[in-house]
Amino acid sequence: MVTERFIQLENLTLGYERHPAVHHVTGQFENGCLTAVVGPNGAGKSTLLKGLSGALKPLEGRIRLNGISKSDIAFLPQQMHLDPSFPISVMDVVCMGHWSRSRLFGTITMSMVDFALAALNDVGLDGFQNRPAGVLSRGQMQRVLFARLLVQDAQVMLLDEPFTAIDEATLETLMSVVQKWHDEERMVIAVMHDVSQVLEHFPSALLLARECIAWGATKQVICEDNLKAARDISSSWIEDAAICERGEVA
Amino acid sequence: MDTLIEPALEGADIYRAIAAAVAISLSGAPLGVFLVLRRMSLSGDVYTHTLLPGVAVAFLIAGESMTTMIVGGLASGLIVACLAGLVARYTVLREDAALASFYMISLSVGMVLLAGHTDAEELLHVLFGDVFAIDGVSLAVIGAVSSLTLFVLAMMWRALVIESYDPVFFASVNGIGTIMHMTFIILVILNLVIGATALGTVMAIGLMTVPGASARFWSRDLSVIVGLSIAIALTSSFAGILAAARFDLPAGPTIIFVSGGWFVVSILFGRCGGLILRLTKRPHLET
Repeated sequence: MVTERFIQLENLTLGYERHPAVHHVTGQFENGCLTAVVGPNGAGKSTLLKGLSGALKPLEGRIRLNGISKSDIAFLPQQMHLDPSFPISVMDVVCMGHWSRSRLFGTITMSMVDFALAALNDVGLDGFQNRPAGVLSRGQMQRVLFARLLVQDAQVMLLDEPFTAIDEATLETLMSVVQKWHDEERMVIAVMHDVSQVLEHFPSALLLARECIAWGATKQVICEDNLKAARDISSSWIEDAAICERGEVA
Repeated sequence: MDTLIEPALEGADIYRAIAAAVAISLSGAPLGVFLVLRRMSLSGDVYTHTLLPGVAVAFLIAGESMTTMIVGGLASGLIVACLAGLVARYTVLREDAALASFYMISLSVGMVLLAGHTDAEELLHVLFGDVFAIDGVSLAVIGAVSSLTLFVLAMMWRALVIESYDPVFFASVNGIGTIMHMTFIILVILNLVIGATALGTVMAIGLMTVPGASARFWSRDLSVIVGLSIAIALTSSFAGILAAARFDLPAGPTIIFVSGGWFVVSILFGRCGGLILRLTKRPHLET
């Protein structure tokens, strides 16, 4: 029997020090979905991905993984935490994606190396394997991180602003990788800023402004009324905010 | 050359000193490389001061017994590291701020305990160590800690590299990040304790971070950097001990002073980011 795969958010509230960044969101990511998470700055988009990746525990409600285990989820964070002076080669970064197979003590076999080389080829970085990761440009580094995701070979891909500050050619290559994942019926959830890219490439979207403004087919979600509603929800941090009384609405 | 080495090589003390320095260099230098890579060079220094209350208590109980001081230093170092780790994990303070407060408290406790109980020379021994006073039992402890460190480092090498480079990624693929970090800190403290017996609590971190920072100037390959850091630590220890014995200098500072020479040479002549290569104008390469 094949279990149905999906991720369900049940009245999910995520946040920091009791202040919610994602507030009472209910809904479902279906298997094979290609969903853009959009919304203004401070809307809780990255927080939602952190919650989905398991790095942040819900303040309330829950995230139900159905037919998916934690190891089926791959996460592409924003790049800013990587130290360009760290002595590590492109190949070693890509091979980190083998962690679930190699763990602490397993060897990286020749076939695993070939798999990594193929992944580098897929992102257009043929011949880059021995370069120090630190000398790459931001766009090239993003390609390397996509190669690592390819090697991870996970069922669910969480991408935090994958296409920010990269050129047209890189966008095209990486988008084709995302499209390939979609064709293979993997679940792809990406935080996006460029609405035109979302309209062009993503069949579904979730518009977030801490609350869920709209969730569904991209064309219905991205409309002037919804975008205005998202902007209007204040993104301020109220120090002495009252306790939320909404409780369980699921 | 003979006159430099000969008087130094008299008695078993110098052999024990060299054996201890070799052991401390072998395990300390690789840890130093990771301290530098994890941007923890200064935290490492802070951990040294957390040893003092334990060393002080041991000193008050058993006098200048090195083994007791090892146990004492280890105990207080681990307690403070765990406290700082817990505070960083469960409160708003980051680990550096938690450590900065705890180490000052430890240092003050250590100084209060020692005040009035020691004359200046004994205090100097505690603060600067005495590699020539290492006895057989201490040497065995040093050897054991060094071997254990190398074994554990080899075991967790892959995880440590990944976690040092991309902690966010590592946290996303498994939950052992915290265990890894704490294991690493424990190794650092163990090595600071054995380093303190030879170099003193103030200088112990020097044989880790100075070789670690120097080695980075010579390669972009982590394994090579680790190998070089060990070589730098070994040569500094050897030359430092010989010079200390020959000219009757305190061994700890002499060893670190020699490694400081390596550091200056590396900064100036290093192939990877050294000053002279950076400042010489050379024709650029093809694209």
